[in-house]
Amino acid sequence: MKIHKYDTVIVGAGGAGMRAAIESTKRSRTAVLTKLYPTRSHTGAAQGGMAAALANVEEDNWEWHTFDTIKGGDYLVDQDAAEILAKEAIDAVLDLEKMGLPFNRTPDGAIDQRRFGGHSRNHGEAPVRRSCYAADRTGHMILQTLYQNCVKEGVEFFNEFYVLDQLLTEVDGVKVSAGVVAYELATGEIHVFQAKAVIYASGGTGKFFKVTSNAHTLTGDGQAACYRRGLPLEDMEFFQFHPTGIWRMGILLTEGARGEGGILRNKDGERFMEKYAPVMKDLASRDVVSRSIYTEIREGRGCGPEGDHVYLDLTHLPPEQLDAKLPDITEFARTYLGIEPYTDPIPIQPTAHYAMGGIPTNVQGEVLADNTTVVPGLYAAGEVACVSVHGANRLGTNSLLDINVFGRRSGIAAAEYAAKHDYVELPEDPASLVEAQVERLRNSTGKERVATLRLELQECMDANVMVFRTEQTIKTAVAKIAELRERYLNVSVQDKGKRFNTDLLEAIELGNLLDLAEVMATSALARKESRGGHYREDYPNRDDVNFMRHTMAYREVGDDGTESIRLDYKPVVQTRYQPMERKY
Amino acid sequence: MATPTMDKLEALEADSASSHLIAVTFRIRRFNPEVSADASWEDFRIDIDPKERVLDALHKIKWDVDGTLTFRRSCAHGICGSDAMRINGRNRLACKTLIKDIVSFDKSGAVSKPVTIEAIKGLTVLKDLIVDMDPFFQAYRDVMPFLVTTGNEPTRERLQSAEDRERFDDTTKCILCAACTSSCPVFWNDGQYFGPAAIVNAHRFIFDSRDEAGEQRLEILNDKDGVWRCRTTFNCTDACPRGIEVTKAIQEVKRALITRRF
Repeated sequence: MKIHKYDTVIVGAGGAGMRAAIESTKRSRTAVLTKLYPTRSHTGAAQGGMAAALANVEEDNWEWHTFDTIKGGDYLVDQDAAEILAKEAIDAVLDLEKMGLPFNRTPDGAIDQRRFGGHSRNHGEAPVRRSCYAADRTGHMILQTLYQNCVKEGVEFFNEFYVLDQLLTEVDGVKVSAGVVAYELATGEIHVFQAKAVIYASGGTGKFFKVTSNAHTLTGDGQAACYRRGLPLEDMEFFQFHPTGIWRMGILLTEGARGEGGILRNKDGERFMEKYAPVMKDLASRDVVSRSIYTEIREGRGCGPEGDHVYLDLTHLPPEQLDAKLPDITEFARTYLGIEPYTDPIPIQPTAHYAMGGIPTNVQGEVLADNTTVVPGLYAAGEVACVSVHGANRLGTNSLLDINVFGRRSGIAAAEYAAKHDYVELPEDPASLVEAQVERLRNSTGKERVATLRLELQECMDANVMVFRTEQTIKTAVAKIAELRERYLNVSVQDKGKRFNTDLLEAIELGNLLDLAEVMATSALARKESRGGHYREDYPNRDDVNFMRHTMAYREVGDDGTESIRLDYKPVVQTRYQPMERKY
Repeated sequence: MATPTMDKLEALEADSASSHLIAVTFRIRRFNPEVSADASWEDFRIDIDPKERVLDALHKIKWDVDGTLTFRRSCAHGICGSDAMRINGRNRLACKTLIKDIVSFDKSGAVSKPVTIEAIKGLTVLKDLIVDMDPFFQAYRDVMPFLVTTGNEPTRERLQSAEDRERFDDTTKCILCAACTSSCPVFWNDGQYFGPAAIVNAHRFIFDSRDEAGEQRLEILNDKDGVWRCRTTFNCTDACPRGIEVTKAIQEVKRALITRRF
C-alpha cells in the first residue's frame, strides 16, 4: 500500500473533473485520479451542444433559460441552482472559446447556436436557438479542449486508477473527508490518497440498463463509494431515456438532429409528435418524446417486423446540411446499421442516457450528509452529483453546461477549502475495506459469473424501471435485484493476477451497479406520482401536494449486519416560479 | 419520407430481427508476463452475429470463455479511442469494425479464415492487447497542444470566420487512439519520432487563426525527430478511424515549415 498526500484530489477526468482541475491546480496541489485515460471519458460522446443564452442569432436571455430548465425538470429543480446555471452559462461558453474550443461560427464569426429540445423563447412561445455547438461532436471538443488546457496548466493525472472507497474521519462529531482509496490497474496495488479536499466527478451509472447510450465504464463508482459510507443519494429514481438511440444498440443520435429539422415518424409515416406536443413537436422535452415513442409502439404504430421502434427521418434535409452539422451521427447510421441517412430514415428507440440524481450537493459543489449538513472537504460535480439543476428531467445541452459551471465552482471551492484547512487524520487501517473486497473477489471459488448477473440486472431494469413503471414492475425489479445481490456474494473471477486485471474490476463495478439499482428501484417504488423521467402508470399525474420534494436514500446497516435503505425527503428550493402544468 | 428505399429498409429490419449466428475463430496474440515471458497466439471459436462488432466478440470471449483476456474499451462506438488494435493486420477500432466486414467465406458458406487480433505495434505490450500509451501521450504533450494567445482577452468570444474555422476542422476530429502513429513504419523503427497523431494535433493549432504559437510548434516539428521523418506511406491516413487525412495534414505542416506561411 502506498500513501500519497495532495491538497485536492479529483476523482474522474471527464468534463467536470478536468474543468475542476484547471481551477484547483492553479490554487492547490492537485491530483486527478481516473479509471481511464482523460480523453476516454464519456463527455466525449456528447454531441448536440451546450446551452447558453448568448443571443448571438436571436433574442434570448438567461431568465428564459432558467425557466425552461425548471419547467423541463418538472419543477423538481432547485430554482436557485438553475438560476446560477443559466446565468453562468454565458461565461462558461466564452471561457471554453477562449481556451480554444472550435465552435461552429455564424456568418459574422460569432459562436453559432441552434435549437434543442425544451429550450424556448419567452417561457414556451416557440423554440429558440440557444445551443452552442461544434458540429455534432460538441462533447468531444469540450473534452479535448479541457484536456489541452490541463496539459497547459500541468495538471497531474493518475491514469487507470480506480477509486473504490471514500475515507471519512469523525472530527468533533462531524464526518470530514480524509481522502480516497484507489486501485491501480497496471499493478493491482492499493493507494491511499490523503487529501484536504476531494471532488467526485466520476460520471453516471447508466450501465445498469441494457439499451443505453452510456459507456461500458459508467458504473456509478463515485455514487457507490459515498453511499456505502453512509452518505445519501438524491433523486435516484429519476433517469433520463433519450428518445433517439440507435435501435437495439442504444448508441446516441443527437437531439440536434431534430434541432436541425429532423422528424420522428411512425410506421404510417405520420409525424406523431404533433399529437403530443403541438407547439414544440419533435423538440419537446426528452421525457415527453420518449413516452410518446413508446405510446406509438404500444398502440401498434411502431416500425419493423416486430413494431418495436420508430424512425428518425432526416431525408428531407439537404446532404450538405447533414455533412456540415451532423457528420458523426450520420456516419454511425452508416457504420452500425448500413443505412444511408440522405435517403433512408433511421430506426431508433429510447435509450437509457442520464442520471438526474446522484450525490447531493449545494451550489458550491459541497456534498451534503443530510438535508442541510455539509461534509467538510467533500465535493461533487457533473452527472455523479445532484445539485439539483435537472430535477426530474434534464434538458438537452444542460449537461455539458452543468459540468462546466459546477466543475469550475467545485474546483475553486475545493482548492480554497484546502488552502484554509489542514489534513485530517486518516482512519485507522484506511485501505482495509478495499483490500478485503479485492481479496474476497480474487480468492472466491463461487460459481456465479459477473457477465451473467450483469445481463440479468440489465434485462430486469429495461423491462421494469424504464420509461413506463408500475408498482408491480418496480416490485419485480426490487425482488430481482435482491436475488442478484445475494448471488453476487458467490461471484468469482477467472483472472487471479495483479497486472491489468479488468476481470476483477468488472466484478467490483457490478457490485456498484447492484447497490445503485437497488436505490433507484426503492426510490421509484416510494414515489407514487409521475414527474419528468419517472412515469408511473398507476399514478399518471404529478402530485405536488405529496411529492414536490427530493428523495434522499441512505444505506442503513442493522446490528446484525443486515443492510437496508432508509428513504427521507428534502424540500425543493422554489424562488420565483410557481409549478404549472407542463405542456409543450 | 423517401418511399423507394423502404424495401431495402424493410429487408434490413427483417434481417436484424432474425439474427443468424456464424462460427468465427478469433486468433488473439496473448501476452502476460505474470504467466510467461513469451507472447503466443490463442484461438477462440465462438458463434456470433456478423452485424456485431469485433468488440462484442472480444466481450463474448472474455465474459463467457476466458476472463483473463485483457483489452481496453469504453464508449463502444468509436468516440473514446480506447480500443485501437491490429485486426487482420490493419489498425482499427474494435468497436467500429463489424464482423461481416472482416470475415471471408468459403464455397460452403463457412468462414474461411481466422480473424487475427493483436496489440498495436511500436508501443510496449503490457498485457494481451494493452500497450504502454505514455510515450504516445508524451509526444502529444511535446507539440504544445493548446491555444496560445497574447494580450488582453476580449470580453466576448474571439471572432473567427467560418472559412478560418474550416481550415483546421479535419484535425479537430482526433480521438488520440494511436491507430495512426502505431501504423507508421518510421515510428516502428524509431520510437523517438513524434508520430502522426502528435503532428495532427500540432496542425490543429498551427492552422487555427486564433493561435499565436505556430512558429514555436513548427520549430518543435523541424527537429530531427519531427515531420521530416515522414516518408508519406499513407498508412496513417488508412488507419484513422475518424477519416482524418493525416498524411495531408503532415504535408501541410511540412509546407508551412518551408514557406513559413500558415
